[in-house]
Amino acid sequence: MTLFTFRGGVHPYDGKDISKDKPTKEYCPKGDLVFPLSQHIGAPAKPVVQVGDRVLKGQLIAEADGFVSASIHASVSGTVKAIEPRLVATGDMVMSVIIENDGLYEAAEKNPDFNENMSGPADIIQKIKMAGIVGMGGAGFPTHVKLSPKEPKDIKYIIANCAECEPYITADYRRMVEEPEKLVEGMRIILSLFPNAIGIFGIENNKPEAIRKIKELVAHEEKMEVKVLRTKYPQGSERQLIYATTKKHVNSSMLPADAGCIVDNVDTIVAVCRAVKEGLPLTERIITVTGDAIADPQNFKVCIGTNLSELIEAAGGFVEKPEKIIAGGPMMGFALFDTNIPATKTTSALLCLTKKASSWQETSACINCGRCTQSCPSLLVPSKLSDFSAHNQTEQFLKWNGMECMECGSCSYVCPAKRDLAQSIKAKRRAILADRRKKQEGK
Amino acid sequence: MNEEFHVSASPHIRSNDTTTKIMLCVIIALLPTTIFGITNFGYKALVLIIITVAAAVASEWIYNKLVHKKSTVNDLSAVVTGLLLALNFPSELPWWIAVVGAAFAIIVVKMLFGGLGQNFMNPALGARCFLLLSFTSSMNNFNCDAYSGATPLAVMRDGGQYNTLNMLIGHTAGTIGETSAICILIGAIFLIWMGIIDLRIPGSYILSFLVFIILFGGHLNTGDLMNFCVGELCGGGLMLGAFFMATDYATSPATPKGKIIYGVIAGVLLGIFRMFGSMPEGCSYSIIFANMLVPLIERWTIPRAFGLKGEKE
Repeated sequence: MTLFTFRGGVHPYDGKDISKDKPTKEYCPKGDLVFPLSQHIGAPAKPVVQVGDRVLKGQLIAEADGFVSASIHASVSGTVKAIEPRLVATGDMVMSVIIENDGLYEAAEKNPDFNENMSGPADIIQKIKMAGIVGMGGAGFPTHVKLSPKEPKDIKYIIANCAECEPYITADYRRMVEEPEKLVEGMRIILSLFPNAIGIFGIENNKPEAIRKIKELVAHEEKMEVKVLRTKYPQGSERQLIYATTKKHVNSSMLPADAGCIVDNVDTIVAVCRAVKEGLPLTERIITVTGDAIADPQNFKVCIGTNLSELIEAAGGFVEKPEKIIAGGPMMGFALFDTNIPATKTTSALLCLTKKASSWQETSACINCGRCTQSCPSLLVPSKLSDFSAHNQTEQFLKWNGMECMECGSCSYVCPAKRDLAQSIKAKRRAILADRRKKQEGK
Repeated sequence: MNEEFHVSASPHIRSNDTTTKIMLCVIIALLPTTIFGITNFGYKALVLIIITVAAAVASEWIYNKLVHKKSTVNDLSAVVTGLLLALNFPSELPWWIAVVGAAFAIIVVKMLFGGLGQNFMNPALGARCFLLLSFTSSMNNFNCDAYSGATPLAVMRDGGQYNTLNMLIGHTAGTIGETSAICILIGAIFLIWMGIIDLRIPGSYILSFLVFIILFGGHLNTGDLMNFCVGELCGGGLMLGAFFMATDYATSPATPKGKIIYGVIAGVLLGIFRMFGSMPEGCSYSIIFANMLVPLIERWTIPRAFGLKGEKE
């Protein structure tokens, strides 16, 4: 069987065995739930409730503000305690709606206008928008916007991102193994929006069980197929996934839609299925609580807004003192200094690493060994780019294509001198983007 | 939670490679030719190697102390430079010249330009050329207990025949590390297997050299193409240079295409020196020349980033 892949990439320790075979447990939150109004790309949502209001599970608490925005729904029933800034995973303080859980989980009434059989493209997009679905792989781009490209006829491929290339995370894997029918149904719904498209499930070959199940379900589907990918980080990166499954190239100045592709995460597609078939808004997701510092690493079905420190307790607490706690995966996640942060729509994992598994080593001089260049999936020369960033040489940085960096971290991972290549390239790239935005606004 | 957690930018995991491990691999790869050199040339070679390596490490340690910087000798790069330099010496070289060479290599070529990774030419080769110019007769004295006089290349230049099997195994006169092509190849295969070097530089160096000398009919003197090619390849410092000197990270291009251009330039230069130069050897000079051109080569060969060929306006 040929394995599809891309150039570059690294092979970190997989870390998935400790959590991948345990069934996902539903977790009922104990404390208050915090809903940051900005947990997606685009304008923050506007609250439609006030302090003191009683809300029900699934009720709209904040509405999308503009086209590129997403609405937010309560994941439990209770009372709105406050609307104030709260700490989130990135370290920012973001305005949030805080709900006190009454433990009843009383569901809101279904929208009387909801009709399962309304299935024209406009209806489907509307249902997805009403459900507040965003890209749950981590970026949080509003899905109803992603599924509304300028020319739907030009979309040839709908690619389900089943790669889950970050080490340790098994949330998407459990979803594929436990609810594959919803994934396939969600793909069917999305395909109905694009008459010329076929659906591809891109799954890494370290997930044989998931491959088997999805292959079974799409065996008789004309418009869907499974493509098995070589396990490598960052296979789940949009550009590498598109290249591996369709051989098309996408660069930083293009959207995947320009190449006729749309890529969506597993959880996002399942959420689409539930929104369109059952009218359920996005109020929960699977989070992997894992790492060698955790006693019982496993996956939980978590209500959006749950305090992450509760999940640590639910997974048996620490078996060893953790050196680092990361929201997300070890390659691109955010290191936390406080675990009292809420689970958002884009939180995929809580990773607790001991000193042995995480890494801090002293940085030494670049010896120009070229490992970073060999591993860069964007085919850049990170050692040079990092140098330009350190010396503030913007022109050279642009000449050596620094803007194509997708911030995957492969370069830093592989560097024998333990240099912070990814960090300096990220900083320079974002400085340049911020400059460009300022100039545009100045005009 | 009262506990403190370590916070830093992603990625939060790293591979197990370190600079020191890489240097150690290079030292291990040099062991076959080092051991062979000692057995071929005797105990004087061993003493010379030890003195040179010690002088290199000491020079780096002393320099760091003088400029109040942290000691860097633990990364083993000085050991590698010292060893490579020693392998470029004739076994009869006076010990004090070896010490001067090691100090020049480390202090002038490496540390004064910024230390590890910042040297603009290969330190061992730079020191070798400095010594060749300053102490020409000592550096060219290949008479020793085991062998007399001329190196194989000198013999071939004068039109004589040389036993190429001896050249492959290494039972010839020459510098300590360059005589045995087979030992060098064993080390090179180890380095390639460990992923430390790839074939771009040695391959383009050797191939372009071969093409050049065949084009210019060097084999017509002796009439035997195969013997001639093997002789030219095993003679002089070509093998050691192609796999261990030209591939030095700091002085070779960072870009994949650049590596090939670099190898070709060095190969053609070596061809010119061997065919038309006044000395039978030219490997060191060809590599140093190519080292100088590396910044320019890198600028010519900026890789095209992923997806930029499919750019839509």
